Amino acid sequence: MAELAVQNLKMYYRTRKGQVRAVDGVSFTLEPGRALGIVGESGCGKSSLGLTLLRLLPPNAEVVGGSIRLGGQELLNMDDETFRKEVRWTKIAMVFQGAMNALNPVLTVGSQIAEAILAHEKVSKEEAERRAKGLLEMVGINPARYNHYPHEFSGGMKQRAVIAMALACNPKVIIADEPTTALDVMVQAQVLRAIADLRERLNLSMILVSHDLSVIAQTCDDVAVMYAGKIVEYGPVEEVFVRPLHPYTQGLLQAFPDIAAERAPIVSIPGTPPNLADPPSGCRFNPRCPLATEECRRLEPELAEKGAARHRVACHLVSPGGEVPEVKFA
Amino acid sequence: MTASPSDILLEARNLVKHFPLRRSLVQALRGERPAVRAVDGVSLFVRRGEILGLVGESGCGKTTTGRLLLRLEEPTSGEIIFDGQDITRLPAKEMTRLRRRMQIVFQDPYDSMNPNLDIFSIVAEPLRIQGLAKSREEMEERVARALADVELVPVEEYMYRYPKELSGGQRQRVAIARALVLEPDFVVADEPVSMLDVSIRGGILKILQRLVRERGLSLVFITHDLALARHFCDRVAVMYLGQIVEQAASDELVRKPHHPYTQALMQAVLSTDPRRKRIYTGLKGEIPNPANPPSGCRLHPRCPLATERCRAEVPPMVEHAPGHWAACHHVEQALARLNQQAAG
Repeated sequence: MAELAVQNLKMYYRTRKGQVRAVDGVSFTLEPGRALGIVGESGCGKSSLGLTLLRLLPPNAEVVGGSIRLGGQELLNMDDETFRKEVRWTKIAMVFQGAMNALNPVLTVGSQIAEAILAHEKVSKEEAERRAKGLLEMVGINPARYNHYPHEFSGGMKQRAVIAMALACNPKVIIADEPTTALDVMVQAQVLRAIADLRERLNLSMILVSHDLSVIAQTCDDVAVMYAGKIVEYGPVEEVFVRPLHPYTQGLLQAFPDIAAERAPIVSIPGTPPNLADPPSGCRFNPRCPLATEECRRLEPELAEKGAARHRVACHLVSPGGEVPEVKFA
Repeated sequence: MTASPSDILLEARNLVKHFPLRRSLVQALRGERPAVRAVDGVSLFVRRGEILGLVGESGCGKTTTGRLLLRLEEPTSGEIIFDGQDITRLPAKEMTRLRRRMQIVFQDPYDSMNPNLDIFSIVAEPLRIQGLAKSREEMEERVARALADVELVPVEEYMYRYPKELSGGQRQRVAIARALVLEPDFVVADEPVSMLDVSIRGGILKILQRLVRERGLSLVFITHDLALARHFCDRVAVMYLGQIVEQAASDELVRKPHHPYTQALMQAVLSTDPRRKRIYTGLKGEIPNPANPPSGCRLHPRCPLATERCRAEVPPMVEHAPGHWAACHHVEQALARLNQQAAG
């Protein structure tokens, strides 16, 4: 059974300019021990999706439909008190974007991790400290640094400490939102390595939210490409990134500079992502798609399996066998 | 480091910038002057009509170098030669005149723009400061031309809007228009696309590239992204801890990096191809404190090839192939290691 199964999830924000459909009918499953990447650009709803799963939404947000099942149990109809006690941090934990800057500067890093354990479990202080040291070691930080303060840690170490903190209550699922954005490449590699080691040792399932295609290519088994609140392509990362079907995915991959490739002209996708308070009709990518037809402007495409097994795409132009016109962005 | 002088627009010789730190009593008594050595002996040149990439990790001194080239920062020592003229100690008044020819584009266009001014006023500001437009009509005409150059068209639709009404990509275009309105021949762009989404970046980069090609503009492009520099820049200089460690044509640099630091930086770049799964954690340790850099070669505590000589002697910058410079005592071993890795 899937660790986490999300069906037709809809989360809208109420704003003065009307309803913003940030998550609009999103479905995916996360198998135990697997990693799912959610890739997309600013404002596509990928971070909102993470916040929805952990029920950390602002007051003007509302889940208007769908289902989130964790180990078979429906989470959406659970009351807040139960959710806080039995799900958040203990079963699903999250590493936030820029979390390393949220460490309390006047408390030692170790005590902050121990505090996270004590807040959720009835254990002695000594036991919490012992476990916190074990967590530090797991993310490659010498436990002797338990009593050090955040300013004595480098950026990469702080980020790893924050990951250790998210694991304080032995969750099964971890959601990492841009865990390495703003880190230098070598430090990014250290953090991603630490995450990979942890997943293997603890058999963790992970959702990794990122705008960075290379981070997802290197760390995830499956990938969901989000555009304007919807998943437009979904499947094994070896399928989606090697034989991208959706014109948007093709464009993203073409625009991402590959250091190993021959020197090539710069590529961009024309236009800008739509305003989610007033998205275009039909396929939401149609105003930016070089191949858009009348059908694309009128009719919204369904996410359907085309071509390879488990490779799903929402595009009218892709044939049921998975043939797709190659889109050349300039 | 010379090329034929006529096609060089700007040259920096041995530029140094130290930011003094507060002294402790002990340091004061010993007569020590502690300082962050942000830029510590940088020499480079920029040809007319070329894009030079300045690449390195946070804190390597690339931003300070860019600011020194424009004299937005006073160098502690060293020389800056612009179009044959030594501008290192040019008085403020003459520097202001020279600013017509030298401009900067910052990373965050929202931070660098007065939110209370409309786009017209923002782009017109340099013209006003320089007193270059004789009439309102001329000013409008030049602003309109600058906005058209960055493809904010139809121009009338953008001219009287405010920064907050524009997207990040559009704001960055305004920032470029403001830099271009004086028709400079030298521009420093400091991470101009690093805050933008991948799909938007290309548009900005293509504008910059077109302007360089069409007007023979010289561009110094500061970035942490070696993969981007490889495709966007003609030449690349790699910085580590306040110094340039290697520079070469971008193709050459990526195909045959000579310096162990450049090699590590390249290998740490992740591939978007999931069939080539490899996370390379790079060099051991972390970047040392620039207030107290290591002796000899600054990379030696982290370098897999370091020897006693690297601890003791600063490696000189040597031209190993035409236009390909590296500062390393063990270039041959570094290249051999690279070949081994490629084979294995």
